[in-house]
Amino acid sequence: MRVELERKVLSENDQIAARLREGFRRKGVFSLNLIGSPGAGKTALLERTLAAFPAGRPVAVLTGDIQTDNDARRLARYGFPVRQITTGGACHLDASMVERGLGGWDTDALDLLLIENVGNLVCPSSYDLGEHAKVVVMSVTEGEDKPLKYPATFFKAALVVLNKIDLLPYVPFDLDAARKNVAQVRPGIEMVELSCTTGAGLDVWLRWLERRAVETSGNPEAPRP
Amino acid sequence: MHEMSIAASILEAVEIEAGRHPGARVLEVGLRIGEWAGVDPEALRFCFEAMHAGSGNAAPVLHIEIMPRTDRCLSCGATFPAAAQSCPQCGASQTTPAGGTELEFAYLEIEEPDAS
Repeated sequence: MRVELERKVLSENDQIAARLREGFRRKGVFSLNLIGSPGAGKTALLERTLAAFPAGRPVAVLTGDIQTDNDARRLARYGFPVRQITTGGACHLDASMVERGLGGWDTDALDLLLIENVGNLVCPSSYDLGEHAKVVVMSVTEGEDKPLKYPATFFKAALVVLNKIDLLPYVPFDLDAARKNVAQVRPGIEMVELSCTTGAGLDVWLRWLERRAVETSGNPEAPRP
Repeated sequence: MHEMSIAASILEAVEIEAGRHPGARVLEVGLRIGEWAGVDPEALRFCFEAMHAGSGNAAPVLHIEIMPRTDRCLSCGATFPAAAQSCPQCGASQTTPAGGTELEFAYLEIEEPDAS
């Protein structure tokens, strides 16, 4: 006997993620899921981002890794609440890990939640974390064909950050080919080219962040309903 | 290797659904996986079978339909292969991604216990 079963395989994860996202929207929290290879510069980008924020801004960071709390310790230096999620082997974060990771935090007071996924260009793309946007961080030391090799991740992203552009003179990275490859997988997607070492291009990233936060959570000047 | 977590989610859902048919045996699980779902069908089969090893029960067959990347025309609503630059129906160039990232169940083939 054939039983029709019209549901998503990860519907349980998707339900938790949808609940988180709706909660964030209601509270005016813009949530971002940063995905990229190990070493692409996700933590470095977060360090630069936190360093640019005024002290006391209601921002929080969840950072995922298979082992160690190295990233949380790196990020905690900037004075914002940071929590490490150690997956203990899993190659990606899922929505329930984020939900548990937020436990005890006053999310009502936040305006921005930055979630750094486990370094991996494959698995995180399947798991909705309740974010409003996915950002892929890639770097010029990785090869310009990453978007073609890992289309699922680039396809679902709202922004591609190309990091380490200060190294362009020293590596055989074809910038035009990279731009074309990104556009081939996701026509029209925005791309920010920057260096977390020199700070070049960071202003473009920060403007994107603030613009998307306002678009998602409404005008920060207006009273919230 | 997130195929192991996905295989676990499949098994969980199959067990819940099979629970509605007491005594029945699940023979086959129909899945739709998009070519850009980021899931490797062979790795998924391997993990799914590994989860049944040692249980004494044979794993149900995974029947996987690979779903192509498609776009939808924002003007006339037609769906077509994503490689097209413009809508083959009406020629409009404004399109939106439609298919190719699915990870969903289609059906379960179950064997009811003999009534006699």
